[in-house]
Amino acid sequence: MRYAAGLRSRLTLGLPAGLALLLLVVPLAALLTRADWSRLPGDLATPTVLPALRLSLLTTSTTAGLCLLLGTPLAWFLARSEHRVTRWVRALLTVPLVLPPVVGGVALLMAWGRTGLLGQHLAPFGVQIPFTTVAVVLAETFVAMPFFVLAVEGAMRGLDPRLEAVARTLGATDVRYLRTVALPLVLPGLASGLALAWARALGEFGATLTFAGSFPGRTQTAPLAVYAALEQDPQVAISVSIVLLAVSVLVLGVLRGRWLR
Amino acid sequence: MRPRGLSPAAYGIVVLALAACGSPAAPATDTVTVLAAASLTEAFDQLSGDFTADHPGVTVELSYGSSATLVQQVDHGAPADVLALAGESAADPLDRSAVRSSTPFAGNVLEIAVPSTNPAHVTGIGDLGRAGLKVVLCAPAVPCGRAADATFAKAGIIPSAVSREVDVKATLSKVRLGEADAAVVYHSDVVAAGVAVTGVPIPEAVNTRLRYPIITLTGDPSAQAFVDYVVGERGQHTLRSFGFTSP
Repeated sequence: MRYAAGLRSRLTLGLPAGLALLLLVVPLAALLTRADWSRLPGDLATPTVLPALRLSLLTTSTTAGLCLLLGTPLAWFLARSEHRVTRWVRALLTVPLVLPPVVGGVALLMAWGRTGLLGQHLAPFGVQIPFTTVAVVLAETFVAMPFFVLAVEGAMRGLDPRLEAVARTLGATDVRYLRTVALPLVLPGLASGLALAWARALGEFGATLTFAGSFPGRTQTAPLAVYAALEQDPQVAISVSIVLLAVSVLVLGVLRGRWLR
Repeated sequence: MRPRGLSPAAYGIVVLALAACGSPAAPATDTVTVLAAASLTEAFDQLSGDFTADHPGVTVELSYGSSATLVQQVDHGAPADVLALAGESAADPLDRSAVRSSTPFAGNVLEIAVPSTNPAHVTGIGDLGRAGLKVVLCAPAVPCGRAADATFAKAGIIPSAVSREVDVKATLSKVRLGEADAAVVYHSDVVAAGVAVTGVPIPEAVNTRLRYPIITLTGDPSAQAFVDYVVGERGQHTLRSFGFTSP
């Protein structure tokens, strides 16, 4: 009887657990089985794929750089304050995190578009953002920045507050404290935040398509190229997907120390 | 107290339900599923409304997308009774064994759409090669993109394109939003957009004419009735009011 009950409870949990695993793993395995490995190098060398991969590398690196430069100070301000405003800012920051990317794209158009809130003041100077590589970077930064800021903020919260007090008594400015004390200590958090933000930027699709459009070499990033190829030559789409899958696994490897203990 | 779990029978149901998702369900006789090219959006909304008013008890389910996407969906087993495509060549990748009948039902030509204020003063196709102009086209894989490429080749113009969009409505939307100076879409899209955009005709000598086929994929009598309606006099009248020509 006990054995039967044990088996039943095993089954009760084991079946849904197994199903969950299958739901996640089967599509990835299917992608690998449908890949034509001998065609892979040729597919990646097609005229639209190479520029797409290059553009993705360029825009995601720029995005990561922007996150580092602008996001780190923001994370620092958030980490050292418990003010009500800070809590609101933090909540606001998580919106792009959960917002459907295509809505982000519409929002970006409303801000930076030719008739947009900011865009209409830039247009007279000949500055037009939509359909440019800058638009791709803006879209990617919009979705990736929250990942970075929240990861770094979490790491900075873990710092011993006495460190800052000591640095201050020794006459260090905020910037100097951040550069010489805080940043080296939160380096692992910074790295994982960067990896997360970079991966999120690499996967960006909806906001880019809506805001930046899709033009080979200029705004057609790797995910957009996958989508375009699917209608022309599905095998090319599979080949590029394999590359993106490999990159994702690589990023996981970078994060291993923090997430996959 | 022993925690109560789901009975094995309940799991059986879950597994069966999941398995059922995999096989295309046989369409119910009173629902006609129609996949139609994006350029047909307004016309088919109207047509299906008129058709269901004439055929009480029949529901028409419509889904729009680029012809290339729709053909992909059908080839991957999307349940559909009727497929209406922008141009006959769009049907080339379609699995022939799925096709029961194919009838041309409408014609369309390309036209330039500009914002109603026409900020870049586009007056003809020759303007689209002007440097700095923001021209939006359909992706090369979808019919309106292929047709546009053919027209530019005939006209000997290299357009200053800034984006190649997923379907014709996405292309037009960039002009409607005022973000693009011009887009190459179908005449019917300019008609359907009303006052939001202005059309600039493309001369017939370089224009690309498309013949739209309507394809039945099942033997559903209601589906056949819908096709007959579209091809029939009233359907044709509606299509003409939306800027389509006779095939």
